[in-house]
Amino acid sequence: MVLLPLLVGGRRDEEKSRAKERVFSFRDVNQTWDPKNQRPELWNLYNTRIHKGESIRVFPLSNWTEKDIWQYIEKEKLEVVPLYYAKVRPVVKRGENYILVDDERMRLNPGEEVEYKSVRFRTLGCYPLTGGTLSEADTIEKIVEETLHYQNSERTTRVIDQDGGSASMEVRKREGYF
Amino acid sequence: MKDLLKFLTCGSVDDGKSTLIGRLLSDANLLFQDQKEALKTNSYADLLDGLMAEREQGITIDVAYRYFTTENRSFIVADTPGHEQYTRNMAVGASFASLAVLLIDVTYGDLKVQTYRHARICRMMGIDYFVFALNKMDKVDYAEDCYLSFKNKVQALCEELQISHACILPIAAKKGDNVVFASHNMPWYKGPTLLSYLEQVDVQEDKNLEGTILPIQRVCRPNSSYRGYQGELMRGSLAVGDEVYLLPTKERCHITSILWGDKQVQEACVHMPISIELDKDIDASRGNVFVKDIRVGISDHFEAKLIWMAEEQLSITKSYYLKLSTQVIPVQISSVLYQEDVETGIHKTNVNIGKNDIAGVEISASQKVILTEFEKEALMGRFLLIDRITNETVAGGIVLNAQSVGNNLVWQETDITKELRATSLKQKPITIWMTGLSGAGKSALANALEKKLYALNKHTMLLDGDNIRMGLNKDLKFKEADRSENIRRIAEVAKLMNDAGLIVMTAFISPFEEDRQLARDIIGQDAFYEVYVSTPLEVCEARDVKGLYQKARLGNISNFTGISSPYEVPENPNYTMNMSEGSIEAAADLLLEELVKKGLI
Repeated sequence: MVLLPLLVGGRRDEEKSRAKERVFSFRDVNQTWDPKNQRPELWNLYNTRIHKGESIRVFPLSNWTEKDIWQYIEKEKLEVVPLYYAKVRPVVKRGENYILVDDERMRLNPGEEVEYKSVRFRTLGCYPLTGGTLSEADTIEKIVEETLHYQNSERTTRVIDQDGGSASMEVRKREGYF
Repeated sequence: MKDLLKFLTCGSVDDGKSTLIGRLLSDANLLFQDQKEALKTNSYADLLDGLMAEREQGITIDVAYRYFTTENRSFIVADTPGHEQYTRNMAVGASFASLAVLLIDVTYGDLKVQTYRHARICRMMGIDYFVFALNKMDKVDYAEDCYLSFKNKVQALCEELQISHACILPIAAKKGDNVVFASHNMPWYKGPTLLSYLEQVDVQEDKNLEGTILPIQRVCRPNSSYRGYQGELMRGSLAVGDEVYLLPTKERCHITSILWGDKQVQEACVHMPISIELDKDIDASRGNVFVKDIRVGISDHFEAKLIWMAEEQLSITKSYYLKLSTQVIPVQISSVLYQEDVETGIHKTNVNIGKNDIAGVEISASQKVILTEFEKEALMGRFLLIDRITNETVAGGIVLNAQSVGNNLVWQETDITKELRATSLKQKPITIWMTGLSGAGKSALANALEKKLYALNKHTMLLDGDNIRMGLNKDLKFKEADRSENIRRIAEVAKLMNDAGLIVMTAFISPFEEDRQLARDIIGQDAFYEVYVSTPLEVCEARDVKGLYQKARLGNISNFTGISSPYEVPENPNYTMNMSEGSIEAAADLLLEELVKKGLI
């Protein structure tokens, strides 16, 4: 038997279909997730047995929150991608999100204008579907402080999560995303 | 960091679980702005029911986990489904939590079957702390006598299940009474609100924290100078210089170094993932357990309580994998002792065990299991049963009695041991397991090797595919379940012969990794030597000694390995031998040389 787990950083506090995911999350031969028939996961015991072609996504950080992540980064002095820190950046406002105007790939819609705002990214996804958050937090300490007082949940800045209403993440996961 | 309480909400469908959590988060001002916006158009339950099917049907199918922090404490709450159909998902939430909030609908005349079932499962999963939230008090005009009559019923249930920490709380989740804010509608109730109770309850107080348990997850040998045993320290602490005791071999040794990640440390405490080095070479592998100052048992026959989770009924003729701590061992359920009635707790006998049933059973294992009664030490007393063919988790269980008494089949410990027999024969018993396609040369190689061993005055036995199928296994066909049973019986026979001190050779196609793994589990890692006879298919087919390939190509034989059924190449055989060219004699010489070099002969 071949065990091919994929370790990933998804957390249950990110989004409500992720809140339903097991730590060891099973995918069938077509890479799809069957949320109505997940393997029971009791105590700290994980059933890692699979057949050829099936796979398992492992989410060791399932029970961490956004706040836990930043407190851990602060405690262990970990290096993180600069986009997590606030900085004045060229952006356009699209809906509720500030989308980064990075280079010529980013095409402006009629009527959109580039603004310069101090923004940071709470979550990094594909471009240009991830919005920045207005923020002055340019150090880890300030990010921790800011995270403790967020008014909106983390993935509100992901444009892709809003496609097709409140279940879009689940639809994509069933189709094999993540 | 604030201290963390993990709890679940459970109870029958429509008793108001999701509404309660929504109300709790909302009143404690713990919702994000976007969630509050969503609440204007949706119900509280929609905040938690994250799956489309759940929202469509208005029910909870699987556990949802929510995270929140108040001034005093951090919480993770598992919101679990109330439908009987999804009981196993409720058990998942219960196994995760240290406190249960069990909702009860006071507009319903009595406690529901689901209430009893959930209380029983929470208890079985190891929960000691309960909040019984008597919900919908608004619907009964906040009447104290209604509260009192339910309180009596709950107290009777607590007595039966030996629950000593219970808070019985009248609430109205929809209206918010006694959730975060004390109710003005029930002045007769003087106890805490739900949130204040959750913030204050100490779920650690009774826990006995003596002793140390470190199950081996992996043996780490990056080079010849380091041999470390890795795992999570599940309980207690360890320091360099400590004497530990290895199970099941019962060897004593001392710790000479502890690595935590790549850092050397003098001491490690509970939950740290560590690698330890020892002062002497011992035979230890994954599944073995280091202990200190604690009694942990070793048994191959024990009594357990199961919650059955599969659609397929429990079968006493099937073999399952038992996963307990880091051990994975083939077992059989040797008998069903009773089914526990979820409502009354009465034991019923002579019944089939199906999905969501709770049953008392006896389990026999193919080798010694390191375990303890769940009551004494939860970590080593809880397990999963896994179907060996579908890989499904079919049951969760707890050990009730490590040495089963009602057992007629006790492995007879004899005075003359396997080691003594082997010593008198002046040899080391092993099983040399040949695997490969039909016609690859397994039997020929095994036969030649046996002659050479015989010439060396070794005591041997050769088990050959066709011979076994003509006698011992003549009742078996070639379908999947029979094929596994065929390999299981051969492995058991090989093991008995090893116990008699013999060197055993087997020549079976054994095409599936899973079956070879089972044979390895039964015979034992150290006595199992896998030889992959890797002669390619073209060569085997060209030889076609028995004319079988031709028949298979014509479709006269189904499930023929290499033609109509796959052969899974061993990933890590002890030895590989291609018998396309060269003499059988030379091949046997090479194999013998290798066995001698490894110190096995």
